Amino acid sequence: MTHLFFILTVALYSGATIAYLACLQRTSPTLTRWAARLLSAGFSAHLLSTIHLASKLKYLPLTNTQESLSFFSLVIIGCFIIFERKYKVTTLGSFIVPVGLMMLLASSSLHDKVHQLHPVLQSNWFWFHALVAFASYACFTIAAGVAVMYLMQRYFLKKKHFGGLFQKLPSLETMDEISYRCLTIGFPLLTVAIISGSIWSEKAVGSYWIWDPKQTWSLIIWIIYAALLHGRLTIGWRGKRAAILSIIGFIVVLFTFLAMKHSITW
Amino acid sequence: MNIIVVGLSHKTASVEIREKAAFSPNQIEKPLAELIKLEGIIEGVIVSTCNRVEIYATTRDIAGGIARIKRFMAEFHHLPFEALEPHLYSYHAEAAIRHVFRVASSLDSMVVGEPQILGQIKTSYGYAAEFKSSGIILNRFLHKAFSVAKRVRTETKIASSAVSVAFAAVELAKKILGDLSDKTVMLIGAGEMCELAAKHFLNSGAKGVMVTNRTFERAERLADEFSGEAVPFETFIEHLHRADIVLSSTGAPHCIIGPKDAVDVIKRRRFKPIFFIDIAVPRDIDPRVDDVEHAYLFTVDHLQDIVQANLAQRSLEAEKAEEIIDQEIGQFHKWLSTLEVTPTIVALRNRFDEIRRAEVEKTIAAWKDLPPDAEKRLESLTMAIMNKLLHAPTSTLKQSGQGGRVDLYVDALRQLFELEALQRDTEELELEE
Repeated sequence: MTHLFFILTVALYSGATIAYLACLQRTSPTLTRWAARLLSAGFSAHLLSTIHLASKLKYLPLTNTQESLSFFSLVIIGCFIIFERKYKVTTLGSFIVPVGLMMLLASSSLHDKVHQLHPVLQSNWFWFHALVAFASYACFTIAAGVAVMYLMQRYFLKKKHFGGLFQKLPSLETMDEISYRCLTIGFPLLTVAIISGSIWSEKAVGSYWIWDPKQTWSLIIWIIYAALLHGRLTIGWRGKRAAILSIIGFIVVLFTFLAMKHSITW
Repeated sequence: MNIIVVGLSHKTASVEIREKAAFSPNQIEKPLAELIKLEGIIEGVIVSTCNRVEIYATTRDIAGGIARIKRFMAEFHHLPFEALEPHLYSYHAEAAIRHVFRVASSLDSMVVGEPQILGQIKTSYGYAAEFKSSGIILNRFLHKAFSVAKRVRTETKIASSAVSVAFAAVELAKKILGDLSDKTVMLIGAGEMCELAAKHFLNSGAKGVMVTNRTFERAERLADEFSGEAVPFETFIEHLHRADIVLSSTGAPHCIIGPKDAVDVIKRRRFKPIFFIDIAVPRDIDPRVDDVEHAYLFTVDHLQDIVQANLAQRSLEAEKAEEIIDQEIGQFHKWLSTLEVTPTIVALRNRFDEIRRAEVEKTIAAWKDLPPDAEKRLESLTMAIMNKLLHAPTSTLKQSGQGGRVDLYVDALRQLFELEALQRDTEELELEE
């Protein structure tokens, strides 16, 4: 059952990716509508597959890299659907949906053993921590996607290239607004994730902060986004510099997510 | 039944002729009434704009109908037929349908893609509907034309790109600043183009205007016109940070805004982007301003490039539009051909005969001890009933070969007896909003 939903999800996300990429090429309201429909259908299938797996395992499927990648992809797509509804930026989908699809494909290529749930993970603090962390990561993913678009549009404006992609990309101001919104949602979530994570650490190993690589890198991520938000709020940092920092932040997030393991569990 | 089009447009006639041949919308009732009184003309719609005068009509006699409408146009305006005739074009059947679809979609306009024409045709059709000069065919035909135009507008970019420099500036500003409703424009110097661009910005929702000029009185006068604010030329740099859009066209021999000014302005704006347009020759704004982060400088040449690209884009989009029209013509033509009398009578007869046969067979199959001649008798009895029933409608249809009623009858028969045109009908009705 889970497998069936999973295959359906991959098929629908692939369709949505093709449709969103085609949206960069042609202007057609029908195409845009279908891209959104395919994605919503894919998201529903993904959600069902995740729920089904969770009910089978009796816990949220994010305890190994395979499960986490799929979950990350789910949260990113969900987050994107919300942002698209709010800001009506189809082009963003051309940058975000492929990322979601790639994560899902990477996840399906992995075959991590489903091991017995480690006793330290049987804590509500862990589940809360993980959910909030994923939500903040999804916000940062969107911010990075918008940052890439911003840099492209800025390049077109400075080099006076008024081609098709220039016409398709949203205005600098809109992209700035979306990235600021991502930051103001993602950063508090990250803060909550780190705090709840350290509470969980205290419950599991008796210390709030044990300087394991995951914690250390999370702190680095927190500092990067804190700097970005601080610069924005005090001296009005925006544009190119903010976009580059946002992309760096995302790369660090991805690195931490993929390469750093909790020393507590593994 | 045939659709014919007779008319003239900016492509075939000069303004002088178009003026003389135009129908005033205030007195459209009279020509409409005269039009449908012409021999052989059943329905009629008159479209009259400053770029075209066209008559759409239905008739059974194509050549005669076209000739009579041509004469009518000359006589109604008291023009010598020989003077008007060379400027008139005429279309019938598929070509007529294509022509009207293209006109409504603004493919035949002077500026391809301009949006007014659709509204003008809608108004013209409104008059025809009000004065009952249009009937079932033109009603459906024009509604179809409107839906085709709508499809063309939404599925191609034909009407969405800027084809004037001033409008291109507005579009470009939107790409940088997003919504213009809280943005301020600063005009430096006074040039016709600058003023025009400022008007476009205000029309697009810009919040306010600042004007500066070497002669302060001129600045004040212009500021009044835009209900904006005049700023002394000596200190305009001090106000620059309040502007999001700067339009410059002074006659200054050297640059009046340098990169250092831009850096200061950006800082005072807390790094919010600023959009400079330099219309002056020689330049007012140092090209190095564009190297400053968050400052975006464009010259007239850049705007001209955009306009050129958009015009090229439009002709590409026009091709897509023609494809859409091709698809739609087929559909409409099919419907039109179902309105022919003879095929309808045949179809109706077949329908009746089908039912009659089925019932006869059912009766015979269930009849025990069938007398030898029963089958023959049943056959002739049912045939007689059917022929009697069909006699009146058939002869009415054949006799009302002239006049608008016949199309109404045919269409009604097709729908009432479900004569194979049902699917198309529901689809068509959906399109009619």
